[in-house]
Amino acid sequence: MENTVLRTADLSASFGDNRVVKDVNLSIPEKTVTTIMGPSGCGKTTLIRCFNRMHELVPDAKVEGEVFLREEDIYAINPMIVRRRIGMVFQRPNPFPTMTIYDNVIAGYKLNGVELSRGESDKIVEESLKKAALWDEVKDHLRRKGTFLSGGQQQRLCIARALAMNPDILLLDEPTSALDPKATGRIEKLMTELKKTVTLILVTHNIGQAGRVSDFTAFLYLGELVEFGPTKQLHTAPRDKRTEDFLTGKFG
Amino acid sequence: MDRERIQMRIARDRAFKGLVVLLSFLSIVPLFLILFYILENGLSSLSWEFLIELPKPVGEAGGGIANAIVGSFLLVIIASLPAVPIGITAGVYLSEHKRGKLSYLVRLAVEVLQGTPSIVVGIIAYLWLVISTGGFSALSGGIALGIMMLPVIVRTTEETLKLIPDTLKEASLALGVPYYRTILKVILPAGFSGIATGILISVARIAGETAPLLFTAFGNAFMNVNIIKPVNALPLLIYNYATSPYPEWHSVAWGASCVLVGLVLTLNVVTRIMARRWKIQF
Amino acid sequence: MLAEELDDVKQKLVESACLVESMVEKSIRGLTRRDEGLLLEVIGQDEPKENDLEMEIDEACIHVIACYQPQARDLRTIVMLSKINNDLERMGDEAVNISEGALFLIKRPEVKPLIDIPKMAEETRRMLKDSLKSFMDEDTQRARGVCQRDDIVDGLRDQILRELITFMASDPTTIERSNHLIRISRSLERIADLSTNICEDVIYMVEGKTIRHGRFEND
Repeated sequence: MENTVLRTADLSASFGDNRVVKDVNLSIPEKTVTTIMGPSGCGKTTLIRCFNRMHELVPDAKVEGEVFLREEDIYAINPMIVRRRIGMVFQRPNPFPTMTIYDNVIAGYKLNGVELSRGESDKIVEESLKKAALWDEVKDHLRRKGTFLSGGQQQRLCIARALAMNPDILLLDEPTSALDPKATGRIEKLMTELKKTVTLILVTHNIGQAGRVSDFTAFLYLGELVEFGPTKQLHTAPRDKRTEDFLTGKFG
Repeated sequence: MDRERIQMRIARDRAFKGLVVLLSFLSIVPLFLILFYILENGLSSLSWEFLIELPKPVGEAGGGIANAIVGSFLLVIIASLPAVPIGITAGVYLSEHKRGKLSYLVRLAVEVLQGTPSIVVGIIAYLWLVISTGGFSALSGGIALGIMMLPVIVRTTEETLKLIPDTLKEASLALGVPYYRTILKVILPAGFSGIATGILISVARIAGETAPLLFTAFGNAFMNVNIIKPVNALPLLIYNYATSPYPEWHSVAWGASCVLVGLVLTLNVVTRIMARRWKIQF
Repeated sequence: MLAEELDDVKQKLVESACLVESMVEKSIRGLTRRDEGLLLEVIGQDEPKENDLEMEIDEACIHVIACYQPQARDLRTIVMLSKINNDLERMGDEAVNISEGALFLIKRPEVKPLIDIPKMAEETRRMLKDSLKSFMDEDTQRARGVCQRDDIVDGLRDQILRELITFMASDPTTIERSNHLIRISRSLERIADLSTNICEDVIYMVEGKTIRHGRFEND
């Protein structure tokens, strides 16, 4: 049985009076890819934004219940510390446009005012870019701004930037939905490599991607956690009819 | 349909297009007329000495407008020092808080300020600074001009920052970066082009303002860099010299007009070039 | 990802195929050498193991289809792997049938010296081995070769049948034993048939061409 790295207890999230995540109880196993899957608007993005405490930045947002990172209540610690341990990659690649590739990768340190020696930062940049499978393509262009990179490369840069912080968990919010199939394939392959060192939580409404990439799948519908289990089992013989209807395309 | 009808339509189409072009052209005409007139009358006064010498008293030949040029720069600096930080900060606040009482009030204040006639601003500065300190000064003139710069800077900052996609802010916050650092080190640099443009536009605007300076900076025949003393400025000099009875002074006024218009035009052109070069596409 | 999963399934299938091959070989050897131990092994140990493998491979194939939605060659591969899995399982069943018949026969005197059955068994074994080799090497030429040898085995079965009929006609006490021998020859013939099935599946997997049910390419 794998270790649980993240656990929620009756987690609910709302925008004002509108509850979009309802009493979710989830245990994410360590060093796996867990997909949170469901139709558009089911609350999956809101759910993961509760994990890195980004949901509360929206005015009127409310969170009830608890989230434990290795049995530590994340709502009892400083949110900025939480966000350094739980990183996030967004749907549209968003490298910082005023910074070079090099600076983008260590942006988490620079912007937080952490002093790094030249040697240290060089090491972090190289390791992170290698982990994100981008090193070979940019190693001679580290001092250029990231805007000349393709969409897929920019997204891998964002992944490197998040990895540089050495997080326990990496949240990926539909990371390939803005990319072409080839770039998507590369990032999917990257995810199966990354899970050896970081736990990945992926949000997608692309059933195929969930099947190809993840070890565990959680199906979320109208804010409720309907089913959670090994991906192979969910895709072959789901226990809940709603899961089956979603997978067979009866609603999406 | 008959060929006649179609011919009519084509003709009307052409006429309409022609009218649009003509009217657009007409709108450039005043600008060219002004430039032409000013150059025609003022070019003769321009020379290197004109720019670096002080004005000579009536009757003496020669002289320049150096104190007015220096004075104008001084006023711009005094105006910018408070206006730029306050304006940018207010712009940041408004772009972050689209609703709420304070936003509403700030927006209202900015709109009112923008619509306030320049002479009224001058009178206020007179009351606040001239009467209380007992004298005219560059400081009071600068403050008056600063008040006029403020709304432009606030507006352009807000508009620039609104164009920056939220995901940039989120990317920074998701790295655990505190909010104020996100604004200072990510958002403002990203909006640099637009904000700088806003500042330059506001400077171009106040460079030629005369009314508020009439009873704040007041003018000075000599060079002065002491901010608590009165100072000369290009628009003031033009006003004083153009309304004087001396023809020598009239030609100085024309020359000064050339310089002023030249400065403002250059500023506008530089702003445009800069905006294009430093613009960040999202 | 998909490529690795397909390889995993192929590996398991190779394991299953080797097991079935040894089951067939052991059952014939048990008959000719009158070795009860071998025959019991086939029935008691090998068959349950083959059944487990078959279920494992079946499940793996379904998972691959569910999770990866393979296309083109990958799709043909996974579907054919599933079919070959079934064929192997049936071969295993036939091997068990042979062993059960052999268990009956070795306790009784021979009807006649066993010549044709071992010959047929040898040819069948060669066909099985070649079909498995063509699968592992994706060798469609070898596969086609196997399909053409099916007639030889059919001929041998007919010959054995004719011979045993004369025996049964002349001596009724040989009927029961002859019957078992006939059944064994039928099992061998079916194993040969299943081998050609496997070869047809290999050709479809590699080339996308169907040559099943006697449809040859010149049709």
